Amino acid sequence: MFFLFLTSGLFLGWSLGANDASNIFGTAVGTRMVKFRTAAIIASLFVIMGATFSGAGTSNTLGKLGSIDQLAGAFIVALAAAVSILIMTRSGLPVSTSQAIVGGIIGWNIYSGTPTDISTLTKIVSSWISGPLLAVGFAFLIYKLFLALPRFLQIHLFRLDAYTRLGLITVGAFGAYSLGANNIANVMGVFVSVSPFHAVTVMGITISGTEQLFFLGGLSIAVGIFTYSQKVMMTVGEDVLKLTPQAALVVVLAGALVLFLFSSESLEQWLIVHNLPTLPLVPISSSQVIIGAIIGIGIAHGGRGIQYQVLGRIASGWVLTPIIAMVISFVALFFMENVFKQAVYLP
Amino acid sequence: MLFKKTKMLERKMDEFLDVTSETGLAFLEAIKNYFDNDQAKFNDHLKKINDLENRADVLRRGIESQLYTETLIPESRGDVLALLETTDNVTNQVKETILDFSIETPVVPKGLHKDFIHLTEHSVNAMDEVVKAIRHFLRNPMAVRDYLHKVYYYEKEADKVAEALKRKIFRTETLDLSAKSHLRFFIRHIDSVADKAEDVADRLTIYTIKRSI
Repeated sequence: MFFLFLTSGLFLGWSLGANDASNIFGTAVGTRMVKFRTAAIIASLFVIMGATFSGAGTSNTLGKLGSIDQLAGAFIVALAAAVSILIMTRSGLPVSTSQAIVGGIIGWNIYSGTPTDISTLTKIVSSWISGPLLAVGFAFLIYKLFLALPRFLQIHLFRLDAYTRLGLITVGAFGAYSLGANNIANVMGVFVSVSPFHAVTVMGITISGTEQLFFLGGLSIAVGIFTYSQKVMMTVGEDVLKLTPQAALVVVLAGALVLFLFSSESLEQWLIVHNLPTLPLVPISSSQVIIGAIIGIGIAHGGRGIQYQVLGRIASGWVLTPIIAMVISFVALFFMENVFKQAVYLP
Repeated sequence: MLFKKTKMLERKMDEFLDVTSETGLAFLEAIKNYFDNDQAKFNDHLKKINDLENRADVLRRGIESQLYTETLIPESRGDVLALLETTDNVTNQVKETILDFSIETPVVPKGLHKDFIHLTEHSVNAMDEVVKAIRHFLRNPMAVRDYLHKVYYYEKEADKVAEALKRKIFRTETLDLSAKSHLRFFIRHIDSVADKAEDVADRLTIYTIKRSI
């Protein structure tokens, strides 16, 4: 029964892999700097690692927003998120899993009569804005540095090419790890408190139930990468965003840094110890972070050619996606409880 | 593995540019030998230019096929390819010119020898500066400008010398029209070396802008 109900989460994972892997390896594959096979293997491996070992932080935050206590409820929340993503994508609107799942959880909160923790919600929503903004700043700085470096070091055109390839793979691996760590909460977060997995010890290493759940989610992302992301990557590289491989390296690095900052518990600890301001551990949209990074490069170029209406569309997604997901979640929970006679929350 | 291939390619490219530059130097020497009536040395330089041109062709084809079979620098390989081809045109022009000197042995009045050598020097200088510009394009595009303007300068100087030389020849009454035409043909040939170097410079201008964006 658990695996049947988990399918909605696995589907979310699949769609995440199909779409978001292109944020990391899109230009690299699209410009033929990195082979798709290489990209897919690296992305899958590191997404799974990031999800399994660093996914807890963002999942805790989602858990604070609404701790879904029945398996059928979790199934519906993930399904509501998946369906709203489908609707938004079909209408050609920018959409993110992070925003959809939050809407789904709030829908569950309303249906079950659980109060929504406003401070957590504020933290999450403000991260949707601060995440891309941070990416703008990072990309701007890194790009300026990257422009100066080859000139300063007088790197040969051919060698620069080799370095860029290596960089795209390394940064892509880091990006995939951060994506897994940050976004696994969207895929599996709602199932954490209802998961039947127990900790197991293999060769002296204890793997917790949550880690097993996240590993499964990571696998579904990997399946998405292998089965569907190539098409999206070729589109990113050739049609939509024409970036040079060097610019892509900066974009992915800036994006990966932001995703990492919003998901790493150890980094948060380090910042606390050193009395530095911390960032909330919140799942954010990798697509929007990447768009932020591209805008950062645009600004570094003097701000020409930035299409500001894109920003308006993203902002509309921040409002529209959660509302749609919330409504679907609420209605579907009603059907699940009254038509299929499944408990969707603990009374 | 990745860097090994890259290093090899860099070496080939460097050698290609060395060969191009050396062809220019041998060209100037051969012209001087011709006017000094030193047939043996002229033939040595002719052979050297031939060998260098062949070597340049081999290197160019090697670089081109490696760029495409290993999909290196996918963004700028088209530019590098065009750069190699146009640079090769300069070397070909040198070879053709010196071969024609060898075959047709034009009779140049003694009073014009200096002008011919002067013209050749300008063409070879243009060739030399364009090679330097390419070297910088590969490593430090910001410095390319420093060399490109010199290419244009020497090309203009070559044009000026060529024009003055042609005027001088066609005003010399002791020469037959056939001799005048023959000499004009050789002036054009030598001047073409500078023109071909200018073609490379024109391309480099665009590619440098592309690389700085």
